[in-house]
Amino acid sequence: MPNKFPLWKNLVILLVVVFGFVYAAPNLYPPDPAIQLSGQSGAMLIDQAVLDKAAAALEQAGIDHFGGEADGEGALLRLGDIAEQLRAKEVIQAEMGNDYIVALNLAPTTPDALSSLGAVPMKLGLDLRGGVHFLLEVDLKSALKTRLEGDLEDLKTTLREERVRYRSFALIDGQIIGQFRDAEEVDKATALVRQNFPNLQPLSIPGQNALSLTLALSVQASSDLEDNTIKQNLTSLRNRVNEIGVSEPIVSRQGKNRIVVELPGIQDTAEAKRIIGKTANLEFRLEAQSRIGELFDFRDPSSQGVDARLENRAIITGENVTDARASFDENGRPQVNISLDSKGGWAMGHATRDNIGNRLGVLFIEYKTRLEKSVDESGTVELTPIPYVEKHIISLATVQAQLGKQFRITGAGNQRESSELALLLRAGALAAPMYIVEERTIGPSLGTENIQLGVKSVTVGLLAVLLFMLVIYRVFGLFANLALATNLLLLVGIMSLLGATLTLPGIAGIVLTVGMAVDANVLIFSRIREELAAGLSPQGAISAGYDRAFVSILDANITTLIVALILYAIGSGPVQGFAVTLSIGILTSMFTSIVMTRGVVNLVYGGRKVDRLWI
Amino acid sequence: MTQLKVYNFMGIRRLAVGLSATLLVLSTISLATQGLQLGLDFTGGTQVEVGYQSPANVEGVRAQLERAGFEKPVVVHFGSDRDVLIRLQGKPEPEQAISDEQDGTVKKALSDKVYEALQSEGADVELRRVDFVGPQIGEELREDGGLGMLAALIVVMFYVAMRFQLKFAIGAVLALAHDVMITLGFFSLMRFEFDLTVLAAILAVVGYSLNDTIVVSDRIRENFRKIRNMAPLDVINESLSQTLWRTINTSLTTLLVLLSLFFLGGELIHNFAIALMVGVGVGTYSSIYVAATVMLAMDIQREDLLVPEKGELVDDLP
Repeated sequence: MPNKFPLWKNLVILLVVVFGFVYAAPNLYPPDPAIQLSGQSGAMLIDQAVLDKAAAALEQAGIDHFGGEADGEGALLRLGDIAEQLRAKEVIQAEMGNDYIVALNLAPTTPDALSSLGAVPMKLGLDLRGGVHFLLEVDLKSALKTRLEGDLEDLKTTLREERVRYRSFALIDGQIIGQFRDAEEVDKATALVRQNFPNLQPLSIPGQNALSLTLALSVQASSDLEDNTIKQNLTSLRNRVNEIGVSEPIVSRQGKNRIVVELPGIQDTAEAKRIIGKTANLEFRLEAQSRIGELFDFRDPSSQGVDARLENRAIITGENVTDARASFDENGRPQVNISLDSKGGWAMGHATRDNIGNRLGVLFIEYKTRLEKSVDESGTVELTPIPYVEKHIISLATVQAQLGKQFRITGAGNQRESSELALLLRAGALAAPMYIVEERTIGPSLGTENIQLGVKSVTVGLLAVLLFMLVIYRVFGLFANLALATNLLLLVGIMSLLGATLTLPGIAGIVLTVGMAVDANVLIFSRIREELAAGLSPQGAISAGYDRAFVSILDANITTLIVALILYAIGSGPVQGFAVTLSIGILTSMFTSIVMTRGVVNLVYGGRKVDRLWI
Repeated sequence: MTQLKVYNFMGIRRLAVGLSATLLVLSTISLATQGLQLGLDFTGGTQVEVGYQSPANVEGVRAQLERAGFEKPVVVHFGSDRDVLIRLQGKPEPEQAISDEQDGTVKKALSDKVYEALQSEGADVELRRVDFVGPQIGEELREDGGLGMLAALIVVMFYVAMRFQLKFAIGAVLALAHDVMITLGFFSLMRFEFDLTVLAAILAVVGYSLNDTIVVSDRIRENFRKIRNMAPLDVINESLSQTLWRTINTSLTTLLVLLSLFFLGGELIHNFAIALMVGVGVGTYSSIYVAATVMLAMDIQREDLLVPEKGELVDDLP
């Protein structure tokens, strides 16, 4: 029994260990607290001069800083002390003004040699870093209701135009129900719906009064409506969140009708809520024909000049806009298609009928906050957020014909500009209302504390297990310990590489993995002891021990993996973090405790005569 | 080297059945009468953790909140005497709209009001953590948790039945259900709070206990195939004795890290550690007694496990 691994196997093991080390290493370098600077619009140049100005402000306030970088799009200033981060942000914001977004950040300190290999430290979850987590529910029912109300109005108009007589039409429980005087009219109405309203589906309900017609939104239309509503809310939320000035915010859809917003580093939840809670708005106004009217700036000054005078009265607002999409006209020029609800279409038709040849402007209205600096009696500088409204023209185009429910804006510049316009229109259109269904805020000190507790419990737990294994299995315990350490390295390395977020339950998962990972080695070593007791030679016992234990280990780990996967599937945030750690831990521990320890055992005992095993 | 000592585990299996039955009945009664102390994750509601500079007076904080108009706030120390956890009772908060649709002003959340009330009397309070969970989220979580548990049991039973044999699968699943019930019963009886991390711990217990049971079953299967002319009871005793040290050593290493989590991991994962410790303890016992006893009760025989094409493991690995 030679118990020798071929060279390639040893090399593979070595390679995996090196891999684990390289990708786990960035976590050893603690990040610097930093302040990140960027412009309110992408066009602003953030260069060395801007950086110097911010640095000078910090200097004046006596805040220790170093390592400033500016790359034109943004700048980063590292701070000496995390406790000064909030104050540094306020100082810089006050100095730079509201054109700049000043965000708290954690700057990685990974050495270039490692980061050039794509090695990055693990992201920390909110429970370790501090921050706010919101789960928002989008009220799809109200979006559906608005949509059906619009359809109902349109339907009544069409029926009147076609002279189909009905007794009543009403919206009841998400269905449009009409009553007629005779069956012939019902058939006519049904045919009209089929022809003109593909989104509405006539329902046949058993036992229904023959003189009534029930309509519901088709499956396709309602799922489109849901998707669009959520997307619209996501877009406006993202715009809002970018304004708060948070590094690495998360805004994403969860499930059918929910949106997760995670803002690391934010502590003032009221402020965060105010900002994400406000949606932008739109107003469509005709250009003023006289000196009466308001003067507005263009959002992006272009060939049309810097400003224009619009009438005081808005024809419609964002509430009436149901959709806006960028596309191309028949000549391949970019355009924006706008859909209005029936009320908006009617108002628009009425207003544009007598104004063909005049220009129609679209105002984009944003609710913003600026920090007001004031000094109280004791001389301390107070920064109070003052809300204000900003209105800019995003489009001014000549009315070519009477407009209705559907119209388009052409000549909006190139394709990028028309997409931008469509995005602004959608962001300004009033999306469905949202409700907070879950909110979790973790203060920064609690986050730091959690990291310390996590590190401490992992260290102590690991040391206890290492000692235990050494006492029980002596030399083989040493092999198992080597495997355990490598396992931890691989686990951290893979999690970093996958971009997994480390949370407190995740740390608990790591600790648990440490405890359970030695199980495979315990199984193997117990088996070797048994085989020795049964009279096998040391070499034979090693070989038999590994082979026999393998089946048990495989079965046991696969079943545990199944449970971890189910945990992932049903769980949310924290539970999923735990499941991910557990799953990766199971896989890495199988490698280290079976393949790697075998390699080491073979290196030590293989290919020679052994009288006794220290096991 | 001495020959392995074979313990007569199954000799006292009636005692074990009695013990398990007692624990199960106790758990069931406790769960049925006082249920679980469901945490915020499941019930919905608002919970605020604040930190004071000096040891805080819980009674004082409660009085302060009551003066501010909160009804029956639950105020307890959390971890240290400077940290206070406030839970607001009564009806769960209805859905909160983020902002007023008309004027865009933000509606204040309950947690903001609590913080303001505490600050109003000049104390230096630090807001450490706020959890608000809407009632519908809690309800969904309860459903998902239960479903997940059921799904885990079914999938595992299927896998074990496929890899081993139906009698093993029934034994394994009953052992799992036994462990989960007793751990839940323990939480109900001790009135420990059952939150999301505890649910995760219970599922981890399922994984752990299964691990143990599989290892033991694996040995039982191997011995049934290897040893002829031995009563099933003796085969099982022999298998359990052979795996005894492994079972004990693995449980000990796991308990070591759990103790480390329990004492050093902080208040937030305290209950997680407790659930796992209880689960690992019960799981170790059940992998010896419950699964094997069930197999014996179903009259497991050597013939159940003789699959001709599988046979003995062939030692052909390098």
